[in-house]
Amino acid sequence: MTKKLTNTYLIPYVLWIGLFVVAPLAMVLYYSFFDIQGHFSFENYVRFFTPIYLRMTVSSIGYACLITFFTLLIAYPTAYLLTKMKNRRLWLMLIILPTWINVLLKAYAFIGLLSTYGPVDTLLALSGIGRKQILFTGFSFVFVSVYLFIPFMILPIYNSLEKLNDSFVEAAYDLGASAWATFRRVIFPLTLEGVKSGVQAVFIPALSLFMLTRLIAGNRVITLGTAIEEHFLVTQDWGMGATIAVFLILAMIVVMALMGKGWLKRW
Amino acid sequence: MTEKTIIQFDHVAKRFDGEIILRDINFEIERGKFYTLLGPSGCGKTTILRLIAGFLEPSEGTITFDGQLVNKIPPNKRQVNTVFQDYALFPHLNVFENVAFGLRINKLANKEIEPRVKEALHFVNLDGYQNREIAELSGGQKQRVAIARAIVNRPQVLLLDEPLSALDLKLRTAMQVELRQLQRRLGITFIFVTHDQEEALAMSDEIFVLNQGKIEQSGSPRSIYDEPINRFVADFIGESNIIPGTMLRDRVVSFAGKTFDCVDQGFDEMESVEIVIRPEDLELKPQGEGMLQVRVESQLFRGVHYEMIGKDADGNSWMIHSTKSAQIGEAIGLFFEPEAIHVMRHDETEEDFDRRLESYEGADHD
Repeated sequence: MTKKLTNTYLIPYVLWIGLFVVAPLAMVLYYSFFDIQGHFSFENYVRFFTPIYLRMTVSSIGYACLITFFTLLIAYPTAYLLTKMKNRRLWLMLIILPTWINVLLKAYAFIGLLSTYGPVDTLLALSGIGRKQILFTGFSFVFVSVYLFIPFMILPIYNSLEKLNDSFVEAAYDLGASAWATFRRVIFPLTLEGVKSGVQAVFIPALSLFMLTRLIAGNRVITLGTAIEEHFLVTQDWGMGATIAVFLILAMIVVMALMGKGWLKRW
Repeated sequence: MTEKTIIQFDHVAKRFDGEIILRDINFEIERGKFYTLLGPSGCGKTTILRLIAGFLEPSEGTITFDGQLVNKIPPNKRQVNTVFQDYALFPHLNVFENVAFGLRINKLANKEIEPRVKEALHFVNLDGYQNREIAELSGGQKQRVAIARAIVNRPQVLLLDEPLSALDLKLRTAMQVELRQLQRRLGITFIFVTHDQEEALAMSDEIFVLNQGKIEQSGSPRSIYDEPINRFVADFIGESNIIPGTMLRDRVVSFAGKTFDCVDQGFDEMESVEIVIRPEDLELKPQGEGMLQVRVESQLFRGVHYEMIGKDADGNSWMIHSTKSAQIGEAIGLFFEPEAIHVMRHDETEEDFDRRLESYEGADHD
């Protein structure tokens, strides 16, 4: 009886997962085996291992790593500072607030800020450094991406720092540890869980960024996400787009396996 | 200050946001003794411990350690280690690495670390537990690891912040004995914080009784139990019958409408005082015998003894601990020795109290 009831409750969830997760994944996999003429082939997979796509993959992973690294570098100290603040709720709110604004709007705002003769450019000129091309560079791409991802890194780290018992920190000091040793040997290992969640929340989306590559990086950065978009919308080569998506999904599975709890245990 | 002194508090006060936590604390801690800071929650005992550990800085006064002023020395530079109330064992490290933590921080070689960790674990009877994870340990074992982690660094002073409060009664009693033995074997100073007076009496060489941010009385367990300075100490340490009385002259006191011989001296004639008689010093006698007549109002069986409440003709309540029982409503006599009566002066400072006691006890004690 109870078992039957439990199964009934499961129906909406199973339907949802089936229609919007399993079915699309199956379709992506299915399409990846058809070439542009609609013939079944493995050609797409062979093509993925050609230098063009491999270079794109390396560049994608490289940029995602860079973005994740800088996001972490900024988010961890910020989260730590946040736990020491008096008005934590307010500060947390201010950090979350920008995530409510559409990414596209934020991207356009940055175009305005970073463009030639824009405020930043003018500031550089006035300070004597001289005008520089900021927009449409790898730098601006990483910079804006980091800005977009910071809240997603701060939240899990903040939560794990919040849960960290103060007495662990005191015990470390008591046993002679300096502030740095306490951080390295106690605080960081005990908040690793949050860091991993944050890395997952940033690295995986960073791998498939596509709009920003055009708006901010001016197609100077071509990631796998951009390639998928191009194939589906421009070249109409759905098979190749689907194949890249398959590899992207594989990459995500690898990241999740690496950052998962099973992996933590062995640490 | 003598050779033996390791820690000295000189007019130490501590305030948080204008609220006074400690006021004018003065004491000396000697090497190799077991001290207990005893008091109800919020009395400031943990604050004193944190001042010694270096987690807090005094608002006023000076703290010296081994002759050095340490007011501003951070905890990681002090030769004291703490056993925390919740143990604070690092959950990401196993037993060995927890104990080795302080040694690794001090950059000791691996071949030196291993014997020291093993020795520390041996001291707390945890041989063979090196590779256990913290989550696998029981409360008592965590307690021991916490102690091992502290003593492995060979501190001069070990601070223990209510370390037994989370253990069940049997284990707590066993750990009291173990801690006391450990302190003797190591020969270092233990400063133990507790609100449990039995724990304090059982383990300490010297007890500081604290209340509302100041030390009410300090001394050996015996002297504090037998000669409490005031109502608070008498009430907090053990059970007490505290009855108003009048000191007629030296060694003669009147209370409950009668006059009794006692051993206390140094009061003004006809001074109003409070007298203390411990419930176990009252002996049950048949009606008409003894020094006081009371009517039994209630009786509880406590296991080792009966606890009775009796009322005398003046309306004073008397708590009696006796292995004999009585009937509720029965009239009984109470007998007690003159030594069982302890007379307390109102608002006497500890210095005056000690001086007065020494004036007449010195002869028969030393």
